[in-house]
Amino acid sequence: MSASLNITSATADTGLLDLPWDLPLDVWPAESIAALPKGISRHLVRFAYLSGYVVAIKETSAELARREYDLLRTLQRTDVPCVEPVAYVTNRTDDEGNPLDAALVTRHLKFSLPYRALYSQRLRPDTATRLIDALAVLLVRLHIIGFFWGDVSLSNTLFRRDAGAFAAYLVDAETGDLHARLSDGQRENDLEIARVNIAGELLDLAAGGKLDEETDPVEVSNGIVAAYRTLWTELTGTETFESSERWRIAERVRRLNELGFDIEELAIKTDEDGTRVVIQPKVVDAGHHQRRLLRLTGLDVQENQARRLLNDLDSYAATFHPGEEDEEMVAHEWLASVFEPITRAIPRDLQGKLEPAEIFHQLLDHRWFLSESEQRDVPLAEALTSYIDTVLRHRRDEATVFNPATDAITLPINVDWRDLV
Amino acid sequence: MATVTFDDATRIYPGSTVPAVSDLNLEVGDGEFLVMVGPSGSGKSTALRMLAGLEEVNEGRILIGERDVTDMPPKDRDIAMVFQNYALYPHMTVAENMGFALKIAGVAKEERAARVLEAAKLLDLEPYLARKPKALSGGQRQRVAMGRAIVRQPHVFLMDEPLSNLDAKLRVQTRTQIASLQRRLGVTTVYVTHDQVEALTMGDRIAVLKDGVLQQVGTPRDLYESPVNVFVAGFIGSPAMNLFPVDFADGGVQFGSHVAPVARDILAGAHGNKATIGIRPEDVRVATDGDGLPIDVDLVEELGADAYLYGHTEVDGSRVDIVARVDGRNHPVEGDKVLILPEERHIHLFDTETGQRLNPAVKD
Repeated sequence: MSASLNITSATADTGLLDLPWDLPLDVWPAESIAALPKGISRHLVRFAYLSGYVVAIKETSAELARREYDLLRTLQRTDVPCVEPVAYVTNRTDDEGNPLDAALVTRHLKFSLPYRALYSQRLRPDTATRLIDALAVLLVRLHIIGFFWGDVSLSNTLFRRDAGAFAAYLVDAETGDLHARLSDGQRENDLEIARVNIAGELLDLAAGGKLDEETDPVEVSNGIVAAYRTLWTELTGTETFESSERWRIAERVRRLNELGFDIEELAIKTDEDGTRVVIQPKVVDAGHHQRRLLRLTGLDVQENQARRLLNDLDSYAATFHPGEEDEEMVAHEWLASVFEPITRAIPRDLQGKLEPAEIFHQLLDHRWFLSESEQRDVPLAEALTSYIDTVLRHRRDEATVFNPATDAITLPINVDWRDLV
Repeated sequence: MATVTFDDATRIYPGSTVPAVSDLNLEVGDGEFLVMVGPSGSGKSTALRMLAGLEEVNEGRILIGERDVTDMPPKDRDIAMVFQNYALYPHMTVAENMGFALKIAGVAKEERAARVLEAAKLLDLEPYLARKPKALSGGQRQRVAMGRAIVRQPHVFLMDEPLSNLDAKLRVQTRTQIASLQRRLGVTTVYVTHDQVEALTMGDRIAVLKDGVLQQVGTPRDLYESPVNVFVAGFIGSPAMNLFPVDFADGGVQFGSHVAPVARDILAGAHGNKATIGIRPEDVRVATDGDGLPIDVDLVEELGADAYLYGHTEVDGSRVDIVARVDGRNHPVEGDKVLILPEERHIHLFDTETGQRLNPAVKD
C-alpha cells in the first residue's frame, strides 16, 4: 500500500485500512468482495465487507469522490434519506507506484432494495406507482432544501419497505448540486429528467418482458409529475381565506401531518383591512409519525410503519387505558407487552427477511385477513404462528439485496469522442 | 436551427446585490459554435443556465430564434444539454434507445423511425440499429447517447465544461472531435469553459466574461490580435501576454533605454502619463546589446523549433516577469542578461486607469 494513501472518513473505522486499495477495484480478491454483480455503470461500483457491514465502493476521480462525499454528508445532516457516506480515498497507487482512481465508500442500507429487486416475475402497475410516489416524496424533500439532483431515476434510488408503501433513498449524488434555493426552472428540469428516465427504465423492463402488460410506461412515468406537484403545492403553496375561517390554519397543519410532515414555521399575513388571511408553510419537516413514535417508544422506523404502529398503540391505549393522560407510560407498556414479544418470537434464521416494524405491519394485515376469513377475532399470538409459517418463511432475505447485474447502462465518464466523428 | 439572443439579460441571486450576470447582450448566429469563457465567478455558467431555463432572468430577455423563452420551462425551449448522464437501457435496441424520448413526447411512429434513421446515418450507427447496447463498443454506446439528443432535433446544444473531468491528453483529442461533430450537425451551440485554450481551439466566436460582465466577443483571432482591455489581453493566449506599466516619452513610450513610437493622439487619449503595454511572447525581440529593456534570464524552456525564455526585470521598483519566444537552438541561457524590444507593429497599449485599449490593433 502506498505510504501517501489518503482516507477521509466520517467514521474512525480502522477496517478501512485493510481493504486492498493498492489494487484496481475490478481485480479485488473474492474475500474482500461481498457480491459480484457488477453492472456496467458510469463508474465501477462493487460491494465489500467492512467491519461486519457491507459498503459500496465506487471508483471515480478524486475531485468527484470528494464532492459527492461532501454532498452526501450535507444531505445526511439535513435528514434527507440517502446512503451513508463512509469515506473517500485518494492518492491510491498500485505496488509499482502507478496511480489508481480515487474511491468513494458508502454504507449499504440494510433492507434497502433496488427497484429491479421488487418483483419476482414482472413489475406490477401498483408497485410501479408506489415506487414513483416514494420517489416523488424524496424529490420534493430534496428540492425543499435546495438540492438539484440532475439524474433522477429509479436506478439512482434505493427503496425500503414502508408498511405497504415504499420509502426512497438517494444513492447517487454525483450530478447533484446544493443551492440556497432552487428556481422553478431547476425543479422543472429535475422533474423532466425524472419523467424521461423512469419512462426509459419501464420501457426497458417492458422490452425484457419484465413489466406487467397492464402497465403503460409513459402513463406511469407521467405519474411522478402529478405526485410531485400535489405534494409540492401542499407543502409550499399559499392559501388565502376569510379571517373568519381561521380553522383553515389548523386544517392545513392536519393535512400536512397526514402526509407525514410537521410545520416548523408558518407565515401568516392579513391584508390591510384584516378581512383576509394568507398562510404559507415556510419550514416543513418530514417524519411527523416517525418522530412521535421515536419519542414515545425509542423505535426508529419509516414514516408509514410509524403510522401503523401508532395506530396499534392508540387502539391499545383506548382498550386498556381509556382516559390515561400519560401517553409515554402506555407506550412503554405497549412496547413491552405487544411489540417486543412479537419481534422476539421471530426465529433467528428469519430475522433477515424483513425489518421488525415491517414484520409487525404485515402481521397486523395477516391477522385482519385471518379474522375476516374465519369470522372471529384471531389473537395476535395465533396470527403470529400462522404468519411465520405461511408467509415469512417463504420470503427471501431482504437485509442485503444487491443490484442485479443488468442495471441501466450509464456512460463511462471517459468520453472517447474519437469514435464520434 | 436558431439564433440565440441575450438581450440585456441580468441575473441577481437572492440576497446578493452584485449581479452574477449583468446586462448581457450577445447574439449567437444560426449554426454557430460560441464559447463562453472566463475565470471562476465570471458568470459564464450562470449565463448558460439562464439560457437553459435553470436560472431566473431578473431583467432583460432571452430569445431562441424569434421566440422569447425568458419565462419558459426548460423542456419547452428546444434545447439539449449534451453530456447529461444519458443511460442506455440493456433490453432495448439501439433504435429504441435513441427514439424512446420521442415516444414519450407523443411523436408518431413513422416520424420517430425517420428521425432515428437520420441520426443513425449521421453517427455511423445505421448497421447497429437493431442491436442491443451490450453488443456495442464503448464509443458506439457513446454515439447512441448522442443520438438521443440529436433525434429530438433541438434548436440549440448547450455544453457546460464537458471536458473538465478528462485527463489532459483525452481533453485535447476530444475537443477537436466535439467541434467537428457540431459542424457536421450544424446546430447552434453554446459551450462554457474556463480554459482559454479550449475556447481558442473550438469556438467560431468566443465571449469573454469577467465578474458577470461581457468583456469582448469575437473570433479567436480578434481576441488574440486586438483585445479590448487588459483583462482580455491577459486572459487569452498561452503563455500569457507580457503586461507592465510604461512611461510616456517624446513620440512614444519609454521601453528601457528605447522609445517605442506611439502616435501622439493615442497617448493624448490616456489618463495620466503612463500606460500599460502589452506584448505577446512571440512579439518580443531579444538581443545581447543595443537599446531596450534589460532582462535577467531565469529559465529557458526548449520546445524543439522554439523555446520560451522566462526572465524578469524591474519596473517602478516592482519585479515584472517576462516571457519571450526565442529560437529553439540559438538562445540565451539561465543567468544571462539580455535586452528586449517590442515588435512595434504589435504593441498593445491600455489605459492604466480604465484598462481599456488605447491604440488600434494591427492585423496581419
